Amino acid sequence: MNKFIVSPSPHAYSEESVPRLMYGVIISLLPVLGVSVFYFGIGMIIVTTVSILSCILFEYLIQKYVMKVKPTHLDGSALLTGLLLAFCLPANIPFWIVMIGALAAVGIGKMTFGGLGNNIFNPALVGRVFLFISFPVAMTAWPEPGQWMQYTDALTGATPLGLMKEGLATKTVSEIMPDVPIFLNLFMGKMMGSAGEVSALALLIGMIYMMYRKIISWHIPLTILGTVFIFTGILWLVNPDRFADPLFHLLTGGLMLGAIYMATDYVTSPMTGKGMVIYGVGIGIVTVLIRIFGAYPEGVQFAILIFNGFTPLINKYVKPKRFGKEVANG
Amino acid sequence: MSLKTFSRGGVHPPEHKLSAGNAIEVLAPPEIVVIPISQHLGAPSKVIVARGDQVKVGQLIARSEGFVSTNIHSSVSGKVLKVDRFMDSSGYRKMAVQIQVEGDQWVETIDRSDDLVRNTVLTSEDIRKKILDAGIVGLGGATFPSHVKLMVPGGKRAEYLLVNGVECEPYLTSDHALMMERSEELLSGIQILMKGLGVEKAILGIENNKPDAIDKMKKVVEGSAVRVQGLKVKYPQGGEKQLVQALLKREVPSGGLPIDVGVVVFNVGTAYAAYEAVMKNRPLIDRIVSVTGKSMEKPSNFQVRIGTPISLLVEKAGGLPDNTSKVINGGPMMGKALSTLDAPVVKGSSGILLIGDEEARRKEVKPCIRCTKCVNVCPMGLEPYLLMTLSEKGLFERMESEKVMDCIECGSCSYTCPSSRPLLDYIRLGKAEVGKIMRARRAV
Repeated sequence: MNKFIVSPSPHAYSEESVPRLMYGVIISLLPVLGVSVFYFGIGMIIVTTVSILSCILFEYLIQKYVMKVKPTHLDGSALLTGLLLAFCLPANIPFWIVMIGALAAVGIGKMTFGGLGNNIFNPALVGRVFLFISFPVAMTAWPEPGQWMQYTDALTGATPLGLMKEGLATKTVSEIMPDVPIFLNLFMGKMMGSAGEVSALALLIGMIYMMYRKIISWHIPLTILGTVFIFTGILWLVNPDRFADPLFHLLTGGLMLGAIYMATDYVTSPMTGKGMVIYGVGIGIVTVLIRIFGAYPEGVQFAILIFNGFTPLINKYVKPKRFGKEVANG
Repeated sequence: MSLKTFSRGGVHPPEHKLSAGNAIEVLAPPEIVVIPISQHLGAPSKVIVARGDQVKVGQLIARSEGFVSTNIHSSVSGKVLKVDRFMDSSGYRKMAVQIQVEGDQWVETIDRSDDLVRNTVLTSEDIRKKILDAGIVGLGGATFPSHVKLMVPGGKRAEYLLVNGVECEPYLTSDHALMMERSEELLSGIQILMKGLGVEKAILGIENNKPDAIDKMKKVVEGSAVRVQGLKVKYPQGGEKQLVQALLKREVPSGGLPIDVGVVVFNVGTAYAAYEAVMKNRPLIDRIVSVTGKSMEKPSNFQVRIGTPISLLVEKAGGLPDNTSKVINGGPMMGKALSTLDAPVVKGSSGILLIGDEEARRKEVKPCIRCTKCVNVCPMGLEPYLLMTLSEKGLFERMESEKVMDCIECGSCSYTCPSSRPLLDYIRLGKAEVGKIMRARRAV
């Protein structure tokens, strides 16, 4: 007689899986990778390769020898962390610093909390901030785009946001703007900055792909970008000499990369649409506050990490709209 | 124009309606039937026959016990072999009447002609009584006794009868076949239920993947008070609360019933059975069952006597495929896996689905990555990931405040989870525990 499997319903499952989602995000990042290799050449290839391989290696080593669990280093999540970490580093940074960043990202950012799904903070951002504090010089020397064959010997300069921050101490916005690349170049990515953050166009293509594949929803990226646009727009209208215009803020720094890829990390962002909007608005406001009133030219990395920390609180108190009103004495 | 559907959540699994369009095939009675005495929600019926009795088709063999219960009739003529416990589709041995088939002798009062009967002079009370006498229960799978639903509780008013022709479960096609082939009878059945309820308006909801059924029923209902509404294909649209919302934009309250918003919902199969019962004096002794599966030689829609062994249906549909690893009583989303093909067809069997080896096994469970998919697909606005965690930790009171009792167990969360987490298993466990806590509280 046949023996049948007996299990509770449902008996059908969708094709979705963790690797499929992770590789979906990775595919959406290919335009960004292409643009950054186009602008930063060999340096970008070295940094990206080292970052990805280190993240996968550290995940494997920690799971196998420290946690003593079955390694899941090939599920796409370590690859994605490595890719995102590389995208927020300068393309001329020495490879051993990248490896330290990868160790901080995977080790402190992810495995300390128990691995995939348990971390509170975005691992790639943990790696970046760790390097930013430990190697401030290497992390603020940005190669000029177009040097294909230079790696650590590339000519460097300041990012548009850095120029703005420094310039405002003595000059007005209109006096600084001639030093900054024109908006078309900012949009296409021809500017100094970390490798993956330069091209708004490539990042927006990635966002549209991810939304089409339903990997992310509009809530987080659009509320962050909208909040930054409105907040900096108000400041600009109040005093255009002191405050740069909102388009400048949208197209420079790591805002797009942060809003589209870092803040939308599943594990560290809220579970409901409403919660995502609160989270996005908060990130937008804190980003602008740091950019304009803080010590650093860029604030999106800290803003995201702060609101990663608020996510459990948001999840506890912001609930989806339940079906049906309650019946009295029901 | 965007088609109507329910507003929150939902999934769209591959439809696999393999037996769609296949004519209903009436199967002759088998050699032996096993008729369980508890085929409905509520109290089991009381057996009134004994070993050795001769019975006819349609003869009462077990009587309704209490308000929420119903009658059970013999589906064949012959001799009662045994009144004993038999393995049923739940995998447990339950009381049933086993009958050896001899000939095909029907009770004389049953009208076996194909003549369509349209109008009735019966009052709503007569209709309810006939439906109880005939043992009609909800044939969509819930098997709630229909005469109870026809009694609108004091203080409430029924405004609409909604008829469920959605058939949102993948694979199943029995309701589709019924709408295509028994359209006139179905309309008459709907009108009987309207009269039984005392409502003036009825809407028949059909998903858009059955355009032929929508066309056919639209033609049939012309000039009547029944309206046919096509719906966007989305699971679980056949859920009562979802259907009410899709058709009328009314939300049944948490913990409430459709009647709280002036609605009563019946399945098309139930409406057809009501027609047979009221107009033809024919009790519920058979039903339409889809027998289907990807490896099935001949996916079919059978009209089959209650109590027929499922193995016989599988044989008639081309035999058991070699790779069969799971047999499901119902559809893939909410059906129950069977442990044996010996179980009989009961009033609630809407389909038999055979699943091959590669699809029958669950995938490896991975950690929750909080992708929000389960929250987005939950039609009740719950948070399955959270409910599962609370259930694992035994935090049942918190589960109650997170509205776990609203869960309709549609399985959309488990279906969609990219980490293959058994969300619904844990939610069911939690519901059972919360149910105990609630009962204990009421008892104090």
